[in-house]
Amino acid sequence: MIQVVDLVKRFGALQAIRGISFQVKEGELFGFLGPNGAGKTTTINILCTLLTPTSGRAFVAGHDVVQYPTEVRRSIGIIFQDPSLDERLTALENLKFHAMLYHLPRKKTGERMEMLLDMVGLSERRHDLVKTFSGGMKRRLEIVRGLLHYPKVLFLDEPTLGLDPQTRNHIWNYIKELREKERLTLFLTTHYMEEADPCDRIAIMDEGRIVALDTPAALKQRVGCDTLDDVFVKLIGHEIREENASGKDQLRDLHKKWIGRMR
Amino acid sequence: MDREDAVMEFQSLYTVWLRDLVRFRRDRTQILGGFSRPMLWLLFLGVGMGPVFHSESGVPYMHFIFPGVIAMNLIFASFLSAISIIWDREFGFLKEILVAPISRSSIAFGKAASGSTIAVLQGLVVVAFAPLVHVPLTFEKILLLIPSMFLIAFTCTSMGIVLASRMTSFEGFGTIANFVIMPMFFLSGGLFPLDKIPVWLKILTHLNPLTYGVDQLRWILSGVHRFPIAFDLFFNLFFSALMLALAVALFKRSPA
Repeated sequence: MIQVVDLVKRFGALQAIRGISFQVKEGELFGFLGPNGAGKTTTINILCTLLTPTSGRAFVAGHDVVQYPTEVRRSIGIIFQDPSLDERLTALENLKFHAMLYHLPRKKTGERMEMLLDMVGLSERRHDLVKTFSGGMKRRLEIVRGLLHYPKVLFLDEPTLGLDPQTRNHIWNYIKELREKERLTLFLTTHYMEEADPCDRIAIMDEGRIVALDTPAALKQRVGCDTLDDVFVKLIGHEIREENASGKDQLRDLHKKWIGRMR
Repeated sequence: MDREDAVMEFQSLYTVWLRDLVRFRRDRTQILGGFSRPMLWLLFLGVGMGPVFHSESGVPYMHFIFPGVIAMNLIFASFLSAISIIWDREFGFLKEILVAPISRSSIAFGKAASGSTIAVLQGLVVVAFAPLVHVPLTFEKILLLIPSMFLIAFTCTSMGIVLASRMTSFEGFGTIANFVIMPMFFLSGGLFPLDKIPVWLKILTHLNPLTYGVDQLRWILSGVHRFPIAFDLFFNLFFSALMLALAVALFKRSPA
């Protein structure tokens, strides 16, 4: 379902991905782990056509991501690391605009919307503005949106980051339910090692390279540890990786000031 | 591109347009700004400057600045709409649009269309003030004003998209908005006549695309104009097409 061959991505002098290759099979739950700045999000961004690779090739659902981006986009759903909802629209409007962007037939989509909203427990809040939602509710809505157009592959970039344990649990249950129902291929990045345990296979990335790729059991056995946490630390080390801060919070404050000044 | 693709692209463009209009309808501060801005200029500047203003054509100052105030509302609304691209980038929604199976050109075109539509609505707010400040209006005039306002707004929104696609920080845009919006407004011939000004200022005003827009609006409203109307129209059409092409080209290469 996903095939990556000798993928390299450079940003100026920085080598974010230094030649990685892997395959993800149909219906697989594939975990992509690694410390901050390892190149996980860059890889996802290439696979979902937001970035073009410097060299190497990548195929998603049989389509080359550089040559056939539109076909790739039709076959994938994405839950981004940062929220990507329109907060000034209602939950239902967000979903409707998504359906329009993906050219989904209205009637069939309506039923699916109901089914998915019901599954994540947001049916009652469908007419509320997204800005009134909690972090967990936004995530759940994003999951609904990501699944609306029957994607073949669902990318989840740290889908449970910053959520409380109950919400994390719920989200995992939806994901498991969907895997059984729709034979979805799941590509997941996460920081929580216990979330990586149920994966069929795991790739561990560090400094732009894949340092290990196997089933969780095989990885534990190979390194001689009982938990994935230990595997991770053994393979990557204890050192904390620095990532450049985006200054996003600072910018959000500035927006507020500017709105007042411009109008 | 076959017919089916074209229909799909149009639907995508419509989606981008519709979303912005739904957002605008809810945005009370922007609607309020659309009312308060022209009030400020017409009532305070228009009334205050009236007694000291003498134009050769004998037009009262209120009539003189009226097309300029329309243009000001158009340019403000256009640039504010273009700014929303930076918000969308910061708040993540842009990614949702960028990974959807639609072309970047449709996104940029849809943005230009929605910004222009909103700007025309804001321009009509000023037009609604006409009876209040005794500027005579006819139905024909309004019919002519709408496409002219759209053309001006389309140019300004496209210019805004050009700037927004090069920018990742809101602060930078604010600075440029102040260095673009205000000079364009002041140098448009909307506030003072262009015939008695020094040459250097005249050159700047003649380079300003808004000058020809204001001239066209003034011709519709009061029959007075500085340049040949065909030239105004040609220049406005040419410049909006150029800016749209630039907006599309730059947006295609803008960061996610």
